[in-house]
Formats: sequence, C-alpha cells, structure tokens
Amino acid sequence: MISLDPRPAVIGTRLSKIKRIIAVTGWKGGIGKSVTASTLALLLAKRGLKTGLLDLDLAGASDHIVLGTNGLFPKEMMGLEPPMVYGVKFMSVAFFSSNKAVPLRGANVSDAIIEMLAITQWGELDFLVIDMPPGINDAALDVIRLIPQTEVLAVTTSSVLAHSVLERSLDLYNDLKVPVLGVIENMSGREGGRPKNCAGRLRYDAGLEAALGDPDKILMTKFAQDLRKIAVAILKMR
Amino acid sequence: MHEWALAESVIRKAAEYAAREKLSSVSEVGVSLGELQAIDRKIFSFALQELVKSSFKGLSCCKFRILKDPAAFKCKACSKEFTLKVLKRTDEEAENIHFIPEMAHAFLKCPKCKSPDFEIMAGRGVSIKHIRGGR
Ligand SMILES: Nc1ncnc2c1ncn2[C@@H]1O[C@H](COP(=O)(O)OP(=O)(O)O)[C@@H](O)[C@H]1O
Ligand SMILES: [Mg+2]
Ligand SMILES: [Zn+2]
Repeated sequence: MISLDPRPAVIGTRLSKIKRIIAVTGWKGGIGKSVTASTLALLLAKRGLKTGLLDLDLAGASDHIVLGTNGLFPKEMMGLEPPMVYGVKFMSVAFFSSNKAVPLRGANVSDAIIEMLAITQWGELDFLVIDMPPGINDAALDVIRLIPQTEVLAVTTSSVLAHSVLERSLDLYNDLKVPVLGVIENMSGREGGRPKNCAGRLRYDAGLEAALGDPDKILMTKFAQDLRKIAVAILKMR
Repeated sequence: MHEWALAESVIRKAAEYAAREKLSSVSEVGVSLGELQAIDRKIFSFALQELVKSSFKGLSCCKFRILKDPAAFKCKACSKEFTLKVLKRTDEEAENIHFIPEMAHAFLKCPKCKSPDFEIMAGRGVSIKHIRGGR
C-alpha cells in the first residue's frame, strides 16, 4: 500500500493567477519582517494593485495585529477565501488558533503550511507578499520547494550580528537559485557599513508602534514613507 | 465545503501519478480520510465525482474508494498513546482543526500529562492509499 500526499499537487493551481510572489525574510527575530511585509502589502493595495498577504510565521504570527483583523474569518467556498483587509487579501494561521500558542515541531509546520497553500483560494493577484518566520527552517525550505517563483526581500538591522547572518543567508539563496530583490536595512542607526545588496534603509520611527492595528495610520508613518520609496525602486513602479 | 479544494488535490495527484507511471487509464483510487480532520465524506465524494469529469481522460471511468483512517496519538513527553474519543474540544476548536489539523496542538492535550507535544501517529488528513489502472 502506498501513502501519497495529494496536497502539493494542487498548490501550483492555487498560485497560478498570481503575477509575483515576494517572501519577506530575515534570519533574526524582532527586526521588522512583519511590519515590513504588512506595510508593503498595504502600499501595493493602495496603488490599486491586487495584493495578498500570507503570514507563515506560525509560532509568531503578527500580521493580524499589524492590520487589525478582529472579527474577520476566511469564507468557506471551494476552499478558503481570504478576507479583505484594506484591499489586501489576508491569510494567517491566527484565524484558526483562537489566540492560543501553536506548539509545532518541524514536520507539523510543513504540514500546516502545505494545508494552507492547498486550500487557500487567492484568485487573481498582482502580488502575494509572504511574511516568513526568522531563519532557514521548515517553513523557508518549503516555500522555496513548493513555490519556485518566490523572490526574496531580505530584512536586516544595522547590527554587525544581523549583517553577518544576512550574508550567510544571501549565499544560501544564491546556491538555491532563489532571486533576491534586495536587502532592506531597518531601524537604521549605524553610519556607513551598508549591508550587501542594500535596496534602502528604513528609519527608526517612534510613531510606528502607536499606528499598529490601524492601516490608515500605518500608511502615514515615516516608516511607510521610507518603505514606499524602496518598493517603487525595487519593483520598478512609477 | 472546503472539501472541494482537497478533492481537487486528489484528482491532480492521481493524474500526475498516472502520467508518471504511464497509465493510460485509472480504474480506482483509494483515499483515506483522517478522523482528526473530519472531512465530510458525502461532500468529498460528490466533489471527486464532479471534478473528475473535467480532468484528464484516463481518469473518467475512475472509481473512488473512500477509506476511514482512525486517529491515533502518542505523547512525546510521557509516551502515552491515546485516541480522539478521549479528547474534549469545542465546536469552534473542532472547526479550526478541520481546516488545519495541526491546530490540534493548540487545543488538545495528552490525557495523562497535559502536554501539547504529542505525535499524530495516524488519521491526520487526506491521503491516497492506492491507485489502480492499466497501461
Ligand atoms: N523602523 C521601525 N521603527 C520603529 N519600530 C519598529 C521598526 N521596525 C520594527 N519596529 C517594531 O519592532 C517590533 C518587531 O517588529 P516585527 O515586524 O514583529 O519583527 P519580526 O517580524 O522580524 O520579528 C514591532 O513592535 C515593530 O513595531
Ligand atoms: Mg514576524
Ligand atoms: Zn503525556
């Protein structure tokens, strides 16, 4: 008797009407991946682009708090249709965990991610932004394996530790032939010493924290202004 | 209703398998449904029958045999083995597990030591158990 997992076979179909898929990665925690991914999705949607946001940081899911998605839930149709938040189609494990911790081992993480990719009906999108967990782990390797069209947008801080980890990550993406759109240095503090492949810097913005949960306010922060410039440049938008 | 999305994955996988094994027609596909995910068997079989119509020709006469797969768990902390029957969950929790079976680790606990660190040994979700066909 065989045992075949049917789910990966349909993932390509689920993503087939998405023009570009951008994974926001960074190999440390707390460096701004989630605020960058969420704000990028909001900026793209604001430009009238069809945009999705997928939070794949199962243990540290945060985008639902950044966007303020209280009371929303995916619609069960021929799969799950992500609810729309400020023009962004949003999917997260947070919809299903009732604000409880989800203690998963590596193989369970893969299973949960494959399930989400197999049942989520994104429809037509210009961009799908994926918020990744820190590091290279089951989630990251699965995204690279199951979504070969993924492009990486890497986030780092100006810390020498973050830069060192970043450089190792860029080497690996290179070996895995994953295109890197660029590196964003967030909460930029140190003068000089730009990271490799730097696409731009985001200032530390004391106003960001108070804007979390309210997309209108987020879009008015200096953080969003800085990110808009970087996005326009790396995505070659006008 | 999200049964349709998983049924579609079964059809795609069967077609992929038939192509790889150079089967010109598939007569039967055996699919097991894990007790934990609690897929609606009627909706799922109906979806399979509908979706197969617009799929690869070799699948058009295919029968689907739906098998039950009882859930079995083993605690990583204390090694206790247990079944789904002994675990309490609210309707909302069951629904969340229905969408993503891994949510079991958020809502269910080992009946002996209360750890959420258990292994789902069997009966998680949808799996293809056999594909029969001819060259
Ligand atoms: N440029 C910034 N200015 C101010 N606060 C920031 C900035 N970038 C991130 N933060 C804050 O740092 C915290 C961690 O950010 P988060 O996006 O959750 O990081 P990660 O996803 O990498 O773990 C959040 O509270 C966020 O608001
Ligand atoms: Mg995060
Ligand atoms: Zn136990």
